[in-house]
Amino acid sequence: MSFYFAQLLTGLANASSLFLISCGLSIIFGVTRIVNFAHGSFYMIGAYVAYSTITTLDFGILGFWGGVIFASIVVGLVGLLVEVTILRRIYHAPELFQLVATFGLVLIIQDLTLAIWGPQDYLGPRAPGLDRAVRIFGEPIPEYDLALIVIGPLVLAAIWVLFHRTRWGVLVRAATQDREMIGALGVNQAWLFSAAFMLGAFLAGLGGALQVPRESVNLQMDLSVIGQAFVVVVIGGMGSVTGAFVAAVLISVLNAFAVLLFPQISLVLPFLVMAVVLIVRPYGLFGKPGSGHGPAAEPEQPMRLMSKGEAGLLAVFVALLALSPLFAANYTMVLLIDLLVATLFAVSLHFLMGVGGMVSFGHAAYFGLGAYAAALGVKFLGLGMIPAMILGPIAGGLGALLFGWFCVRLSGVYLAMLTLAAAQILWGVTFQWQEFTGGDDGILGVWPASWAKSNQAYFYVAFVLCLGGIWLLQRVAHSPFGYTLRGGRDSAIRAEAIGINLKRHQWMGFTLAGAVAGLAGVVFAFSKGSVFPDTLAISKSVDGLVMVLLGGIHSLAGPILGAGVFVLIEDWVTKLEFWRFIFGVIILVVVLAAPDGVAGGVSRLRGLFSRRTKDGEAAQ
Amino acid sequence: MINRRDIFAGLAAVSMLAGAGTAMAQDSIVIGEINSYTGLPAFTVPYKKGWELAVEEINAAGGINGQMLEIISRDDTGDPATAIRIAEEMISKENAVMLFGTFLSNIGLAVSDFAKQNEVLFLASEPLTDAIVWSSGNKYTYRLRPSTHMQAAMLAERAAELDAVKWATIAPNYAYGQDAVKAFKSELLKLRPDVEFVEEQWPPVFDIDAGSAVRALEAAKPDAIYNVTFGGDLAKFVREGSLRFLFEDRSVVSLLTGEPEYLEPLGDETPSGWIVTGYPGADIDTPEHNAFVEAYRAKWDEDPKTGSIVGYNSILSIKAMLEKAGSTDTEAMLAAMEGLEVAESPTGPFVYRAADHQSTMGAYVGNTELVDGAPKMVDWVYADGAEFLPSEEEAAKLRPAE
Repeated sequence: MSFYFAQLLTGLANASSLFLISCGLSIIFGVTRIVNFAHGSFYMIGAYVAYSTITTLDFGILGFWGGVIFASIVVGLVGLLVEVTILRRIYHAPELFQLVATFGLVLIIQDLTLAIWGPQDYLGPRAPGLDRAVRIFGEPIPEYDLALIVIGPLVLAAIWVLFHRTRWGVLVRAATQDREMIGALGVNQAWLFSAAFMLGAFLAGLGGALQVPRESVNLQMDLSVIGQAFVVVVIGGMGSVTGAFVAAVLISVLNAFAVLLFPQISLVLPFLVMAVVLIVRPYGLFGKPGSGHGPAAEPEQPMRLMSKGEAGLLAVFVALLALSPLFAANYTMVLLIDLLVATLFAVSLHFLMGVGGMVSFGHAAYFGLGAYAAALGVKFLGLGMIPAMILGPIAGGLGALLFGWFCVRLSGVYLAMLTLAAAQILWGVTFQWQEFTGGDDGILGVWPASWAKSNQAYFYVAFVLCLGGIWLLQRVAHSPFGYTLRGGRDSAIRAEAIGINLKRHQWMGFTLAGAVAGLAGVVFAFSKGSVFPDTLAISKSVDGLVMVLLGGIHSLAGPILGAGVFVLIEDWVTKLEFWRFIFGVIILVVVLAAPDGVAGGVSRLRGLFSRRTKDGEAAQ
Repeated sequence: MINRRDIFAGLAAVSMLAGAGTAMAQDSIVIGEINSYTGLPAFTVPYKKGWELAVEEINAAGGINGQMLEIISRDDTGDPATAIRIAEEMISKENAVMLFGTFLSNIGLAVSDFAKQNEVLFLASEPLTDAIVWSSGNKYTYRLRPSTHMQAAMLAERAAELDAVKWATIAPNYAYGQDAVKAFKSELLKLRPDVEFVEEQWPPVFDIDAGSAVRALEAAKPDAIYNVTFGGDLAKFVREGSLRFLFEDRSVVSLLTGEPEYLEPLGDETPSGWIVTGYPGADIDTPEHNAFVEAYRAKWDEDPKTGSIVGYNSILSIKAMLEKAGSTDTEAMLAAMEGLEVAESPTGPFVYRAADHQSTMGAYVGNTELVDGAPKMVDWVYADGAEFLPSEEEAAKLRPAE
């Protein structure tokens, strides 16, 4: 019995630290609707600053807690700086666009941390006065664990008082429920958002600083924590701090007991819990459906077919691409193949997000399924290139058919999170199932047939398949099916009212996007010769997301431009030292200069130009 | 009429012409190097310092066969697909004659498969996976660092001398951890058929819930523990384990923990008496190693780490190979690699086995200890890699038929 009690305490201590890490994320999302990928980076800065302060000012107990508070304040100020200089300028951008900016921040902070603190890990000192274990019912329990078990609920209580007993807190809660309304009532939203973002960053810093006595401070901290923080926030209900606490307890305690029976489960447990919770309660445990009032954005323009001039330009471009093997160097072919694959992947994600209105954080799952289906076909069935290639879209489509059935029941960020959970579970399976998928060692020897071996020949394979896929999706976007999807995206209620079975249409749209992503995965697999679990990892999904949003979600050309910009800049910039910093800065510049994406920026430029010429004509 | 084949033939000719312009009149040997410099800087930065030192020394002494050595180094961003693209660029655009590097096993495997497909020599410096020379081995790939299997076997030999019968294992849940546990189990059971494994913990890599894992190990009451976690996971495991008295009166054998990259961050919490593989650094007192340490300190103002020695020995291997081959033709270089002997290195002589392309470079096995407040390896011996590899005939059977 005492053993299980001690195990419970271990779980609760973890729950406290998980809660501290995630509650700031929940507050930021609740108020500003920003999906903040940089939250893990704030956490990492908190840990590094606390480590440096505590070790330089060797003041014992006072020095330790002083260092923790100091680090949290520093991170809060960093958050304020980020909000005022960057995010404040792009609140009116399309939904989720801000996450591109936070993605740029992640890259910048990674390189800055490396430059300031160097590559080595640091193991901070234990907390003075709390550096031993006490025996409870004969079992050793670290004193610091007990302290954490107290600190977590204390912070929760402090946030509760702040939110329920101060005017500021009342406004924050009001903003969480209906931002439009409090804006209409004359509340200064800019100030409210800045303060909420600063509070969220402060809490992330606190979470990081309090981890110093438990684990080494290292450069992987940011990414290792961000996935878990999202899971906690989503299970609890986005915007609900109490929910985050309950979710943290649920995951940590479950994990503490689950490892006794299934030592391998930790990898997927949080995502399993998230999937189950979202299927049962679509808005998380404590979440409420939003008011339906999105940010004040311009109404979306209907998509138009291209004009003659544009179609001509496109034809020239495609012809140029088709002839490129005649004049381009060998390596350019490789880059173009990568570009085609990225473009098809981004277009399939855009079909889901832009046309279907279903945001996916886990689209790489179907890309990876396609790649693995082809690779497994080659490895176990000894298939040739063409038959193996046929397997890819089928696998991607089937996977999307299965997961899509669950996902389309939700909407908004919750839908996105369920796609993420699905992708993570698939990733966990490929990562662990060494006998079948090769695990982390992947599947090798997936090379093209001998006639397509040269880069030039394979380029034509990729050219035909990728352009075919892109053409297909553009056709579908302008078909009755596409119109139905767009109608459902813009007003689900009206679509249902005129007798459309929206869920079924969305489900089919999801499946089609998955199948095309699978096609991209197949082309990818044969161009690289090997497939690894990275193909369905979060980072791959995020790359696709950034391409779509960066390009401009409201335009069919957006994902194509986005993928082009992303792949070419990445290829160029990674040759430089501190490339992550440079890449991050470029992303921020693009984000600030074109809050409606590259495509939006281009069409605004054109609008400006044509207005000028019209004005000129009028004057004459 | 022009058919497809003509077009491709024409294309090939054009691209060859494009390549030929830059390939002419080279007075240096260009070699491509790929590694995870942003992904895992703690290991790859010392590694880079090691190979940069070796290149500088070789070029200062007049190069190889009268030609200077030129290394083009790139970051693989931790992604196998990017690594392949860079490899392609190095071969077709920069005219690199061979490739070396990589740290992560999956990237090492991806590049080795690329090398096979494109018929170019690849020296995998750092990846530990057994697959790269055995189950997925190929004609074009050689590996320098002692593999997972070799290092696990070194530890199993020591573990067999302990009285412990009940063993528990903890390893990160991916290919490396799984291989390391499998190899250790089979080697230990060969030497000690009486031992039993009573518990396994598989935390996710870089995301260990150390408290729960420690308690699960404790609950099994093992006599000894075999640890494979490293980096941040190791620090967490050590701290939570010592807080909860997991290591009291228990033997621990631990893979790679003696490497300064992983040992030094443990600071004054370094557990005493763990049996580990690693690298005792400046404590190695041989003329070759002393010269290396002196040069390394002079250039970088710090002590070498495991990565440094791997980087340095990579270039020594390439130098020996180029001198033996006498040309940068791939077939000549491959012939030279077979059974290549590197007679002098800071860690002693080693050979690239012809049968499985694994070098016999060894590792140091010893105990961890705090000496004057600093973590160190003590009572260490050099374990020659050759003694912990299967015989060449057996190893050849582990490889796919060419």
